[in-house]
Amino acid sequence: MQQIILLLAVGVIAGILGAILGIGGGIILTPVLTLAIGLDIKYAIGASIISVIATSSGATIAYLKDDMLNLRVAMFLEIATTVGAIIGALLTGVVPTGFLFILFGAFLLFSTYNMVQKLRGKAAESQKGTTDQWAKKLNLNGTYYDKANQAQVDYEVEKVPAGFAMMFGAGIASGLLGIGSGVFKVTAMDTIMKMPLKPSSATSNLMMGVTAAASATVYFFSGAILPNIAAPLALGILVGATVGSRIMQYLQPKWIRLIFIPILFYMGLQMVLKGFGVQI
Amino acid sequence: MTDRKAEMAEIELVIGKILRIGVIVSATILIIGLGLMMVHGGTGYGEYQFPTTFTAIFQGIGALKAGAVIMLGLFCLILTPVLRVVVSIYAFAKEQDYLYVWITVAVLVILLIGMVIGFIKR
Repeated sequence: MQQIILLLAVGVIAGILGAILGIGGGIILTPVLTLAIGLDIKYAIGASIISVIATSSGATIAYLKDDMLNLRVAMFLEIATTVGAIIGALLTGVVPTGFLFILFGAFLLFSTYNMVQKLRGKAAESQKGTTDQWAKKLNLNGTYYDKANQAQVDYEVEKVPAGFAMMFGAGIASGLLGIGSGVFKVTAMDTIMKMPLKPSSATSNLMMGVTAAASATVYFFSGAILPNIAAPLALGILVGATVGSRIMQYLQPKWIRLIFIPILFYMGLQMVLKGFGVQI
Repeated sequence: MTDRKAEMAEIELVIGKILRIGVIVSATILIIGLGLMMVHGGTGYGEYQFPTTFTAIFQGIGALKAGAVIMLGLFCLILTPVLRVVVSIYAFAKEQDYLYVWITVAVLVILLIGMVIGFIKR
């Protein structure tokens, strides 16, 4: 009983944060599940995968209704993340992961620097860049209504091929290393494709459910998802994600960035150190 | 531009509906399962034992075992994003946006390939 309440509560928190930031919430859940409940890492990963899907579906309902996410960007980039995820899963045990941890960790640290620069730079998050021919061809440019600033924000998507490549890498990372389902997606859209942070987060929320669904079926049938753990967690997350997706729209992008930066830095550092064989 | 906007609004409406149905259905089943778990004081299975095949799950549901009910709810939850992709194909086709019909078909095919590889590898 106590455990059910704890899992429900953790789920609500992970759901709120996940929906706001566009991340799966594994970074919050895995330590709680392994350290506080003493769950084997195998079951913790199984529960995390379910959490990603719950966050994605719960948050996306509101983001679709309020036109926050970019459906075309999501659909187009899902090709890259799903192919990457499969290749990543196939490469498990074949490729030494140390190098990849360092590579992807370094990218996250670079993105941290980039986000700090953006935070210190112009107050306005939106910027008009040069029109990307891919963005034009694929109709990727979008618009959203920022409830915090009460303004319609039109944006153009830049560097589509580079973003696509990064998403492919993000897919490989989540398939091979089992982490960063959302963090890489948000940073690729925000850092490389120059999308504003809010649609980046909302679009990442939509995408990560699809990427996770493929691996979740495998975990489901191989018995890595414990019903007594996953059920309260998923229910808590569905509630949290619904709340979080509403809070996010009223937050200043600056504040979302402020919450995002330490998580990004921590994950980047953790990955680079893991690449060198150090656990933190 | 307005046409494209109306098209997206239509598609978003359809996808939103399917997500809402998926979430409500799976949450309802999960709540029932969790309720059973609290009433029975357990999942109805051993500590690390629970059904992972459809036959076992439906047999368990017949016996009102909490673990089996929850597994069905979790499966519905996993299925929701997949259904979302399927419905998107239909929605884009209805709006005659064939470029995105193909992009979404590609995503679905890749997704299914991934699932098949997953089954073989497990």
